[in-house]
Amino acid sequence: MNDSTERKGHSIDMSNMGREVRHLDISNETAALTVKDLRLSYGDKQALHGIDMMIPKKRVTAFIGPSGCGKSTLLRCFNRMNDLVDGCSIHGQILLDTENIYEKSVDVAELRRRVGMVFQKPNPFPKSIYENVAYGLRIQGIKKKRQLDETVEWALKSAALWTEVKDRLHESALGMSGGQQQRLVIARTIAVKPEVLLLDEPASALDPISTLKIEELIHELKNEFTIAIVTHNMQQAARVSDYTAFMYMGDMVEFGDTDQLFTNPTKKQTEDYITGRYG
Amino acid sequence: MDLTTDDHSHHISDQFNKELEHVKNHLLEMGGFVERQVGDAIKCLIEADSELAVDVRANDTKINQMEIDIDEECTRIIARRQPAASDLRLVIAVSKATSDLERIGDESAKIAKLAMKLCEDGEAPRGYVEIRHIGDRVRKMTQEALTAFARLDVVTALEVAQEDKNVDREYETAMRELITFMMEDPRSIKRVMNIIWSLRALERIGDHARNIAESVIYLVKGKDVRHVSIAELERQVNED
Repeated sequence: MNDSTERKGHSIDMSNMGREVRHLDISNETAALTVKDLRLSYGDKQALHGIDMMIPKKRVTAFIGPSGCGKSTLLRCFNRMNDLVDGCSIHGQILLDTENIYEKSVDVAELRRRVGMVFQKPNPFPKSIYENVAYGLRIQGIKKKRQLDETVEWALKSAALWTEVKDRLHESALGMSGGQQQRLVIARTIAVKPEVLLLDEPASALDPISTLKIEELIHELKNEFTIAIVTHNMQQAARVSDYTAFMYMGDMVEFGDTDQLFTNPTKKQTEDYITGRYG
Repeated sequence: MDLTTDDHSHHISDQFNKELEHVKNHLLEMGGFVERQVGDAIKCLIEADSELAVDVRANDTKINQMEIDIDEECTRIIARRQPAASDLRLVIAVSKATSDLERIGDESAKIAKLAMKLCEDGEAPRGYVEIRHIGDRVRKMTQEALTAFARLDVVTALEVAQEDKNVDREYETAMRELITFMMEDPRSIKRVMNIIWSLRALERIGDHARNIAESVIYLVKGKDVRHVSIAELERQVNED
């Protein structure tokens, strides 16, 4: 006799209900960045022990882990911000598409255009709102006013700031609220059309409403950009990301689908961290 | 990564440990009470004890209140603690198991009501052998499902699911016999129908016990094993 539950099947296909994608699979993604055996030391102290991973294209990848686990260090490697740190030595490869960004021939300024970064504290320039966004474009040599106007408008719209600032584009950016400043910085970063957007604790200095606006923005931006975000707030990682990487003491402990990682992690260390246990 | 019994007591927040511990204990308390209700319901059928049947029906309101209280606890934990991973699965599993227990309580009350009717008719018992047999099985299933929950024991949970299949089979056999009996003696239809409904309620209790067992597997393994065949269930439990 058949098992009775087998006969009670649904006739309607409910497999796609309520979700765009049910389970993400890293093996089906194309890589925006590929990290190969990345080791980094500050002087004698090794901060990253051979990281291997990939940042999938047009997805949000979150990095979580306790303070000092190396997540910000890793993020900063993606646009060579660590080059500026004294005594920092880096081995291994990071491929942007197929090119190793640590090759000598790489133009670092161009790399940082392609891989933009936003920090914890909003850092607008002491200029007008318009000039803040147009800054990178002017450096690129764009002079035509119409082209500048169009791009500034597009960037401010993409950063969900346009309606709030369109009547005061030429006022100082320093008069804006912290949340607006942070979105302005994001607008400035995306104005030069980067491929990857790195966000280092982008909302930790903001109030809850501004935080939600930034999170909503991240959700919108992933249609056009690849996003990597470092956050101390695990709920935030769970809310915004498609993939989550858990790092501990300079190692990548677990990396996978965010849904999976937050409901049924495979490693005990991950479980202990996200549930707030002492390991 | 499988869960062990003391995993819910190692949080940095001791208050959180206590909250999870409490909600789990409340579920097991409710389970113990429901299990006794099932036993009593079967007893009042077989022994034609209408006084006990009145008690069983009255106790059902207590079970309903327990369900509401436990659900409230679960909601509070979700709102205040935002549990993740195994903690989240524990809260979800408790909430699901609670509603299954409440339904088992409803079925027990239904059996008590049917027992009262059968007492009023008061004729020679027919079909009581089946009731005793299936009743024993589903009561044991309920007990085992709760043991599995308390010990986070997937092997026992799997046995409950397997047993449910046997109960379904016995239920169908009993049904065939009782139908034959009604065809032979149409005057007995009214009484036999009451017995059939009792058997049906027992069979449903078995289904709910299986659901609880599936919640245990979800809690421990993180795998959703509802609506899969027994063979698939066995495979998923043993896989690692």
